[in-house]
Order: sequence, then structure tokens, then C-alpha cells
Amino acid sequence: MIFLYSFLFCGVVCLIGQVILDNTKLTPGHVTSMFVVIGAFLDSFGLYDKFLSWFGAGASVPITSFGHSLIHGALAKAHESGVLGLLAGMFSLTSVGIVAAIVFGFILTLIFKAKD
Amino acid sequence: MNKESYKKLTSKIIPKENKVKNGIISFFVGGLIGLIGQIMVSVLENNFDLAHKDATSIMIVILIFIASLLTAIGFFDNLVSKAKAGLIVPITGFAHAMTSSMLDYKKEGFVTGIGANAFKLTGSVILYGVVSAYIFGTIRYLFFGG
Repeated sequence: MIFLYSFLFCGVVCLIGQVILDNTKLTPGHVTSMFVVIGAFLDSFGLYDKFLSWFGAGASVPITSFGHSLIHGALAKAHESGVLGLLAGMFSLTSVGIVAAIVFGFILTLIFKAKD
Repeated sequence: MNKESYKKLTSKIIPKENKVKNGIISFFVGGLIGLIGQIMVSVLENNFDLAHKDATSIMIVILIFIASLLTAIGFFDNLVSKAKAGLIVPITGFAHAMTSSMLDYKKEGFVTGIGANAFKLTGSVILYGVVSAYIFGTIRYLFFGG
């Protein structure tokens, strides 16, 4: 059942993105930035955690989960070490995605050439 | 020819983007990526005995690698122009933006080209993500006890 829920949730998030792209003058950059902020906002009262338990990977694949991971790592660290933890823990969960994108991107850039 | 008749003429020639069709394609492509992610997580959890958190991280790394590789061999741009938000909104869009901006400026050198432009498209995602997470996080930590 979780497979169906994953499909539906990720599909609906992408559909919302497409509707915004088609009906406004916003670029994909605007939409992804907006979705990250929405993800962080939804996790500030714990809603995105529920999405993750209901929809599994369907909720962790869209870019909204990037915002969720940022605030989640920051708050988890803040519980341990106070206000400074908000700064220290910000990237603790998202570093996997960011570092992977940077390293793979760089290595592949060295190997391949841009297509005209 | 005045402006209005020009508008009429161009609107006939320029193909109208079919919003319904775009929406359906985005929904199915995006859903498919979510489904693939969930299948990967389930396989990693059940067959490799990984914790849920680790399985999710590995799934994201695999998706990022696939998206970066397809971008580097020049295949992903065609897919994005067809699937649109279905590929931009998932984490694949993040990897695509990063790799394609590095590739595009490769000829300008390692520091002024690749280095300076690596975050050209993904920078705003990281910036607004961090700023909003900091503000929301501070509010929650100070006023609601974390």
C-alpha cells in the first residue's frame, strides 16, 4: 500500500509544481525555492514528519523534504546544545544530498563535455 | 499591421501548451520517481538489513547519481522538456541543475568557470531553505520548546 501512497504523494507534489509553472511567469528556480520553504514551514509544526511516515519515500524524494531535513537537523541539534545547535545542525541531515550532488556533478563534469 | 491583429496571427501559429496534458505527464513521471524511490528503500531495508534512515539516504544518493549521469551525457535536458515539473521537483532536478551549470561553464576554467557557477541554479534552493529553516526553527525552539 505504501507504494501506491508514494506514487500519489510524489505525483501530486509534481502536479502542483507543474500547475504553478504553467499558469504563472515563475521559473523552475522559483518553484523549487518555494517548495523548499514550504517543506521547512510544514515541518516547523511537525506535519512533514507525518507525511514521511504515511507516504514513505514519496515524501522524501520531492525537494520539499530538503527543507524538512534542514529544519529537522537544526532542531535535533538544538535540543542537545541549545541555540547554537540551530547553526551547527542545519546541514546534518541534508549533507548527504548536497555532497553527493557536488561530488558526482564535479567528477562527471571532468569526464563529459557540454552538449551544444 | 496593428498590435491586435499581430497578436491574433501569432496566437494561431504558436502552438498552445496543453496545460492538462502537462499536468498529467508531471503527475505520472513524478509519481513514478516516488514509486522507484519507495521500491529502492524497501529492497534496501529488507534485503540488505539497513535502517530506514540509511536506506533513504542511499536511495537519494542513487537518484542523484542517475540524474547527474543522465545530465552529463546530455540525455536529461530532453527528458525535462517532456516531463517538466515531474523531474524538476524531485531531488533529480536539484542534481540536474547542479551538474548542468557546472558543465555549461566548464570551458571558462576550473575556478572562474566550474567553481564560480556550480551553485548558480541550486544556490537559491540552499539559501532560501537555510534562511527559512533558521527562522522557523528559531520560532519553534524559543516559543514552543523545540
